[in-house]
Amino acid sequence: MKHRTFFWFILPTLSAMILFIALPIVSVFIQSLFVEHEQVLVVSESCGPFGCNQTTSIDAEATAALREEKPLGRFNGLSTYFDRSHLASAEVAEIWRESTGLASFVNGLMDLKFYRALIFTLTYTFTVTPAVLILGLAIAVGVNNLPRAFRGVAIFISLLPFLVATVVGSMILSWMLDGEGIIGATLQNIFNDPSLTIKSSTPLMWIALIVYGIWHTLPFSFITFYAGLQTVSKDTLEAAQIDGANKWQSMIHVVVPHLMPLVSFVTLMLLMDNFRVFEPIVSFNAEAHAQSLSIFIWSDLREAGNPLYASAGATSILTIIGVAILLTPVLIRTWRDFNAKSH
Amino acid sequence: MATQAQNRLTPFKIVSYALVITWLVIAAFPFLWTFWGSFKVQGDFFSKADWTNALYGVFTTRETGGAFTGNGYYGAWVQESFWRNVLNTMVIVFFTVIISLTFGTLGGYALARSGFRYAFWILMAALIFRAMPHITLVSGYMLPFFEWNIWGLKGTAIIVLVAINQPFTLWMLHSFFKNIPKDMDESAMVDGCTRFQAFRHVIVPVMWPGVITTGLFSFLLAYNDYAVTSMLLSKPNETMVPAVASFLGSVQVQGNIMFAVAAVVSATAPLFVLILFFQRQIVSGLTAGAVKG
Repeated sequence: MKHRTFFWFILPTLSAMILFIALPIVSVFIQSLFVEHEQVLVVSESCGPFGCNQTTSIDAEATAALREEKPLGRFNGLSTYFDRSHLASAEVAEIWRESTGLASFVNGLMDLKFYRALIFTLTYTFTVTPAVLILGLAIAVGVNNLPRAFRGVAIFISLLPFLVATVVGSMILSWMLDGEGIIGATLQNIFNDPSLTIKSSTPLMWIALIVYGIWHTLPFSFITFYAGLQTVSKDTLEAAQIDGANKWQSMIHVVVPHLMPLVSFVTLMLLMDNFRVFEPIVSFNAEAHAQSLSIFIWSDLREAGNPLYASAGATSILTIIGVAILLTPVLIRTWRDFNAKSH
Repeated sequence: MATQAQNRLTPFKIVSYALVITWLVIAAFPFLWTFWGSFKVQGDFFSKADWTNALYGVFTTRETGGAFTGNGYYGAWVQESFWRNVLNTMVIVFFTVIISLTFGTLGGYALARSGFRYAFWILMAALIFRAMPHITLVSGYMLPFFEWNIWGLKGTAIIVLVAINQPFTLWMLHSFFKNIPKDMDESAMVDGCTRFQAFRHVIVPVMWPGVITTGLFSFLLAYNDYAVTSMLLSKPNETMVPAVASFLGSVQVQGNIMFAVAAVVSATAPLFVLILFFQRQIVSGLTAGAVKG
């Protein structure tokens, strides 16, 4: 294809991506360098019969005018990145000095907003992803063993939790897990503890969110692996059987290696999606117990009346750096494949 | 070719059947439960004392006279004007899908037919863009959109959703067009067509299976989106998903949580129908990127 034709064909999609994905990233970065204006204060002196006293008041008009004039705020450099609610360099150094071991260090970090969000996001990503990979493979093998007539039904049912909107799906689950909902109430009866609710306990809330994450993304890995299983060579399986491999051995030595390329694809997708965990926390109303990086940004933007663009911007950039770190191994591999192909 | 040995019920098979059945129950039960419960009153849906109340509707019978009630649906659709959100969703989803597919088809075709190095870089950039958390992008939109006074409009949300959709659409259609033999459009060009004419008369007629599959996923992305629609739409323009989330807060206070339950069921029903009709396309689309590489 000629460069010229290529350009016209790619123009609409490329301009949409540049305008609404690449530029917003730049805009986020610029926002993070500025900080909201301080209120304009006026000091007025009022003198009465008992002497003069000064009163400081906010000049709302001037503040509004200043905001109007420079909506970005005043330049702040990188300080937002290192302030108390982000990287908190000073506080972390302090905690490091005072901590007596790893456990107390992590405990100290949990008091800092950014690290609390980061720890939850990482915990969520690195428990949901492996669990979904293993369970998905197990269920794919199970469905593959089912009589043909049942497979379609099984896939139909499995698609529901995956395709339902995350907000809606997690809302459904949160109602059931509620202290008065069916699962929550049953658990209370089993453990005979009426105070046992996910709303009142941080560990339980984390478990509930992780369980939701597995429930929601399992179908994706299951269906991908199921499709992969259809292409496993029957001959190789039979040969393994003749050589005396039992089901389990042929699973480990024939099926799993065949699925390895799929595993890396599914892992990539799961890492990307789990790292931005956001909606379940909104639906579970879990912000008091679990904050993710996305939630952190979201709540800054919703700050009534005066969104904290600087703080949201700084967190966004840090999140993007996180995504980049997660993706680097994959990108390096794709780059190598591409070079290997072209030489 | 099932031999007798393969049909025997081995412990391996029993375990795997048990696993599948457990999963299916876990997958389906929440939906069945919520659907059934949406026709009850709150006392039954959240029946702490005896969970069978939710099945038989003891409180529902006491309060409304019948074992089933449509009060939740009436409250959501009429009292809380959920119908308006449904209309908004239709408009936004329709235009998002149409525009995404138009842009994506052109771009995907070009990428599939171009052997130059920059085609690879565009695909890599799309992959990185695909990984961006939507909320980080939203925080980049807010300030400029307020400045330009286009915040809250349906059109703004549509174009943002289209853009967010592009990386995925591009990848999928690119791998789809790669599977259409090059010879088809090239022979048309030998016969004197321009590149665009070849695309229009040769490729367009055979591209529909791939376009429909991609369209389904664009539909799902726009329909299910929360990050963009909740932050960029004004109240009267809100779609279903943010509406459900926002009146969960307000109705909970008034003790009308059943409105939210009914709205959730109403928002899920179209997806159910969609899976019923397009299961094959959804499954093939899910795995397209993976299997074809």
